[in-house]
Amino acid sequence: MRDVAVIGVGLTKFGELWDKSFRRLIAEAGSKAILDANIGGKDIDAMYIGSMSPGRFIGQEHVGALVADAAGFSHLHIPATRVEGACASGGLAIREGYLSIASGMNDIVVVGGVEKMNDVGGNFATETLATAADQEWEAFFGVTFPGLYAMIAKRHMHEYGTTKEQLAQVAVKNHANGALNPYAQYRREITLDQAINSTMVACPLGLMDCSPVTDGAASVVLCAAEKAKKFTDNPVKIIASGQGSDTLALHSRRDICTLDATVHAAKMAYKQANLTSSDIDLAEVHDCFTIAEICAIEDLGFVEKGQGGKAVENKITVLDGSLPVNTSGGLKSKGHPVGATGVAQIIEVVQQLRGEAEKRQVKDARIGLAHNIGGSGATCTVHILEAM
Amino acid sequence: MRDIGIVSYGSYIPRYRIKVGVIASVWGKDGATISRGLGINEKSVPSIDQDTATISVEAARSALKRCAIDPQDIGAIYIGSESHPYAVKPTGTIVGEAIGATPDLMVADYEFACKAGTAGVQSCTALVKADMIKYGLAVGADTAQAAPGDALEFSASAGGAAFIIGKDDVIATINHTLSFTTDTPDFWRRAERKYPAHGGRFTGTPAYFKHITSCANNLMQKVDTKPEDYDYAVFHQPNGKFPVNVAKKLKYGQIKQGLIVPYIGNTYSGASLVGLSSVLDVAKPGERVFLISYGSGAGSDGFDITITDKITKFSRDNAPTVAQMVEVKEYIDYGTYAKLTDLLYWE
Repeated sequence: MRDVAVIGVGLTKFGELWDKSFRRLIAEAGSKAILDANIGGKDIDAMYIGSMSPGRFIGQEHVGALVADAAGFSHLHIPATRVEGACASGGLAIREGYLSIASGMNDIVVVGGVEKMNDVGGNFATETLATAADQEWEAFFGVTFPGLYAMIAKRHMHEYGTTKEQLAQVAVKNHANGALNPYAQYRREITLDQAINSTMVACPLGLMDCSPVTDGAASVVLCAAEKAKKFTDNPVKIIASGQGSDTLALHSRRDICTLDATVHAAKMAYKQANLTSSDIDLAEVHDCFTIAEICAIEDLGFVEKGQGGKAVENKITVLDGSLPVNTSGGLKSKGHPVGATGVAQIIEVVQQLRGEAEKRQVKDARIGLAHNIGGSGATCTVHILEAM
Repeated sequence: MRDIGIVSYGSYIPRYRIKVGVIASVWGKDGATISRGLGINEKSVPSIDQDTATISVEAARSALKRCAIDPQDIGAIYIGSESHPYAVKPTGTIVGEAIGATPDLMVADYEFACKAGTAGVQSCTALVKADMIKYGLAVGADTAQAAPGDALEFSASAGGAAFIIGKDDVIATINHTLSFTTDTPDFWRRAERKYPAHGGRFTGTPAYFKHITSCANNLMQKVDTKPEDYDYAVFHQPNGKFPVNVAKKLKYGQIKQGLIVPYIGNTYSGASLVGLSSVLDVAKPGERVFLISYGSGAGSDGFDITITDKITKFSRDNAPTVAQMVEVKEYIDYGTYAKLTDLLYWE
């Protein structure tokens, strides 16, 4: 296995981007990444695109080739593959790109993630996202993702005494970080009172516990680590790539408060990197709902099971805490264009490790982790990155 | 050339009201949160025998009561609405007969979502300017439709306003009017459908805000004015938040007098014109009014208006003011609302 490095990153603004189409978004992110990496189209051996449901959101499938075409590379006939794993599509695309270089098959790969979600109404978007749940055993009975994560939250409260205030503190922290991120959908701070008293969506989760519907794209250029310095002075090495899966339906899990796919992917990643959770300087975790961030920091081993809420309350995860989590603003404030999220998380970690995160910069950040979830936890990727 | 503008005006708001909280409780929602979110406390509801035709007639009669013109001198009637009682057969003819303006006049019903009323004002202004008619009557009125349970149900209400446009005894000169129009499908109702559909959040930034700000900026550029040159500003008011936000964006602070939606809801084609009526209820000579309507689909009509000395001798008190009609109200429950607005129908 060869080492792999990130040599370029590109991100679009996240938000309600009414005047930007799917192809324009990914072309913008991709061209930024390619310019950042200082490569040309002829250098690219393959492309992997994470996108969850363009077929429902914009009526377009076959987006692997579409993205290569939109980037202006159709004449180069670059192998371009779309990867799908619900909201973990971006993380999976990163892992596929990583594996193709680590295996020796490719030297330079462009990975993209994109979702155009606002061209459909809110109900249809919720229904589309619910296709990531178990249709036969969950969706057909009317449950959508806010409902599933609300069940996790309720159980977590019951088992461990987690409070609605602690959930709200996740949103407050992520908005404080997102306010510093020029690419975030919601660049504004919110108060604890606003978060606690936001419109109820699925008890105990209010509007401010939920990530938004977002348009956006993200792209990175991956390169065999031994060649990375040819293109950039500040490559960031991917030192581990873990992936895990679990039952599609929440109710089939051993314990609905633990995402075993995360536990498995994290274990795999820590083993490959020969690190423990205490070596991580910052983490981007999948906070599609505030309870998901609390579960994530437990399942990634940063705190003991059941202590996630208290950790948030004790400000461990704030920007200047001992383990900053979601410095980008997370899915809650930065936005959650589902297919792009896993790639955007890698970009935040890369920018932190390059020392380019400006007002969000974590001091002396050397090792960062990105955690991407699909569905209610049936798919998970964990990547660990280190400055070279 | 003599000034062209508003010779008289009148408005009408049905007396029934339903509180946002009452609607919310039917759907298991929190009324206080919705009221706060929309900036609407309650909305007007038409009675069982009220429709766009009757509201238009009431508003037109009020306009005639305030001036001394002979209805036979009205040469054109344009009724803007998205709830004309008939799909085929004009509302304008009913109004024309009711006020005694037939038969020597031009009539047409207009539809441009919520801005068809201001489109009628523009048509009348042009016809008067061309000396084709002495007076024109433009009405914007609606018994606004909203599907039960839809977000629109909290705002869609009933009401309207009528304006007589001419050259004699003008109380408010229309200095200039222009429009900004694109094909932007943010809100629509297909033929033979009972209720409109909408694009959710798409109705905001790319629709309402883009058209109003573009129209406003074009108008200010054309007449070389700034927000501080105006004493009153009226923006289309589908809810209480949008007009406040667009005013903030355009740096207009003077919107309170024309902001009626918190008390009666969104009267669709009547909304910006009821706002203008409220301004005319209190305006003094020399004051300047900035009006921008918005109709989904989409477009905005902008008006730069100056109040003349004639308003001092104008018989404003011959018909009720908007503020008076806002106060004359009777609250109803959701069951009565359902009956009055034909929610309880079957085919």
